[in-house]
Amino acid sequence: MVAIQETSAAVRRPAGGAGDAIFHGLTVFFAVLVLMILGGVIVSLVYGALPALSKFGFGFVVNGAWNPVTENFGALAPIYGTLVTSLIAMLIGIPVAFGVALFITELCPKWLRRPLGTMIELLAAIPSIIYGIWGLFILAPFIQEYIEPALIGSLGKIPGFGALFAGPPLGIGVLTAGFILAIMVLPFIASVMRDVFDTVPPMLKESAYGIGATTTEVVWRVVLPYTRIGVVGGILLGLGRALGETMAVTFVIGNSHHIHASILQPGTTISAALANEFTEAVGDLYQSSLIALGFILFLITFIVLAAAKLMLVRLQKSAGASA
Amino acid sequence: MQLYARRRVTNYLVVGLSLTATAFGLLFLVFVLGTLLKNGVGALGPTLFTQATPPPGSQGGLINAICGSLAMTLIATLVGTPTGILAGTFLAEYAHNSRLGEFVRFINDILLSAPSIIIGLFVYSVMVVPMGHFSAWAGSVALAIIMIPVIVRTTEDMLTLVPNTLREAAAALGAPKWKIVVTVTYRSAVQGMLTGVLLAVARISGETAPLLFTALNNQFWSSNLNAPMANLPVVIFQFAMSPYVDWQALAWAGALLITAAILFLNIGARLLASWSGLEK
Repeated sequence: MVAIQETSAAVRRPAGGAGDAIFHGLTVFFAVLVLMILGGVIVSLVYGALPALSKFGFGFVVNGAWNPVTENFGALAPIYGTLVTSLIAMLIGIPVAFGVALFITELCPKWLRRPLGTMIELLAAIPSIIYGIWGLFILAPFIQEYIEPALIGSLGKIPGFGALFAGPPLGIGVLTAGFILAIMVLPFIASVMRDVFDTVPPMLKESAYGIGATTTEVVWRVVLPYTRIGVVGGILLGLGRALGETMAVTFVIGNSHHIHASILQPGTTISAALANEFTEAVGDLYQSSLIALGFILFLITFIVLAAAKLMLVRLQKSAGASA
Repeated sequence: MQLYARRRVTNYLVVGLSLTATAFGLLFLVFVLGTLLKNGVGALGPTLFTQATPPPGSQGGLINAICGSLAMTLIATLVGTPTGILAGTFLAEYAHNSRLGEFVRFINDILLSAPSIIIGLFVYSVMVVPMGHFSAWAGSVALAIIMIPVIVRTTEDMLTLVPNTLREAAAALGAPKWKIVVTVTYRSAVQGMLTGVLLAVARISGETAPLLFTALNNQFWSSNLNAPMANLPVVIFQFAMSPYVDWQALAWAGALLITAAILFLNIGARLLASWSGLEK
């Protein structure tokens, strides 16, 4: 890094003239524009949310009601839906992504690595609306017919815990939304995991293999401890995606502002509520409440993504230092 | 001996699970694409490209939505590309170890993964509300904002790959910095930067959420950028959620078109990157 810094300083010195100042100024302007976009997003959200927040105060976050007629709005149901769907997505997505990354980095033959990686990344390229339409017409009926009856019949019978799987199999609901989210975040988590697994110095792994460790032991005792921060960063990145994902969820969650104990029942998420209701929201308070929901979503994802970013940067630095 | 057997069995188990996970992931890629082909191809027809979206229960096409999407994507690309490239240039060429650079990079990465529906809300409040109506302009701006972080990121990555010796050689000839960047660095990184733009176009072509509150939708043909404009993603959303079979068929056709375009762009971008030897 020092070498680069010195050369760029050396490059800058002989260069002069108006052209340079203009070009430098232009690049700075557009870089600052990126900052201003984020600043603008925050300011506009806060401004838009102000009427709702000043009316309901902190109670907005813990109020489970959502009644446009009496203008009583609370964010609890959408926040709950957002968190639960993302939790389901993570429960399914993390182990699968780990398996995929493990297969690509440790097990599969070299010639297969590139095409396999590309195919997993294509999963990320498919737009969310496509997952939505597929989820609505294909996945939801499938889950309704096969998965949900099985869940109700087995896990639903357990006292207490069974409340999670109570009710009729509808196909449309929190579980289906979480499942689609799991498929959607899988490529993001898997590709970060693959990249951080690749940063492990081959010598470490070879030493472990050399003393007779199995692949499982190498991954569990060498690769994972070495890449822990990066793996968590990747998971948080996927979580950030899952929290804000809109269209796919809107198709299959059922948009109901009620909190059900059962994950088989319809619910709503912040983004689904926005997509469904925003253009039809009549009345300032209704619209402002929706913007306040957007602000809460932005806060949550900002924190998660910032944490992810910081962790990945830390891993990069430590990998750079030891290399 | 027993310990050895147990370790071996555990290992087989983990390897098996890892294989299953990979198969699971690929299964869904095939499943989604297969369904799209099956339902989309049947709905493809010549009227798709000649007629506008129909009222429920009658024949029609998607031409207004296709053209609307193309127009908005084009405008977004024209706005987003220079912005993203110049900001990326700042990060790669001017901001070594500077506080501002670090901060911009951090914020850019946040924007890269920020929920796109929030961008829609933002553009709604800064463009749609002051203008008093939904418009294709607002939709284009929302798409451009989603595009910018992608291009900033790839531009910076590609420019940092350019060997410093090239810059030094040009500087030794007495070229000013801006000329070095434009004629030497850009030129050697142009394929990579183009890859980034293609990926960004692919990313916005399927974006639905930010268009819901900005471009809205239009059932008729419209070339007025200052009015609501039809676009494929929102039409798919509206038609798929409707109870009409004709509309649902059109939604599948539109979904197939979008996905084909996006996969085409993605694979094109990858080929471009591997030709220029940029992909590892």
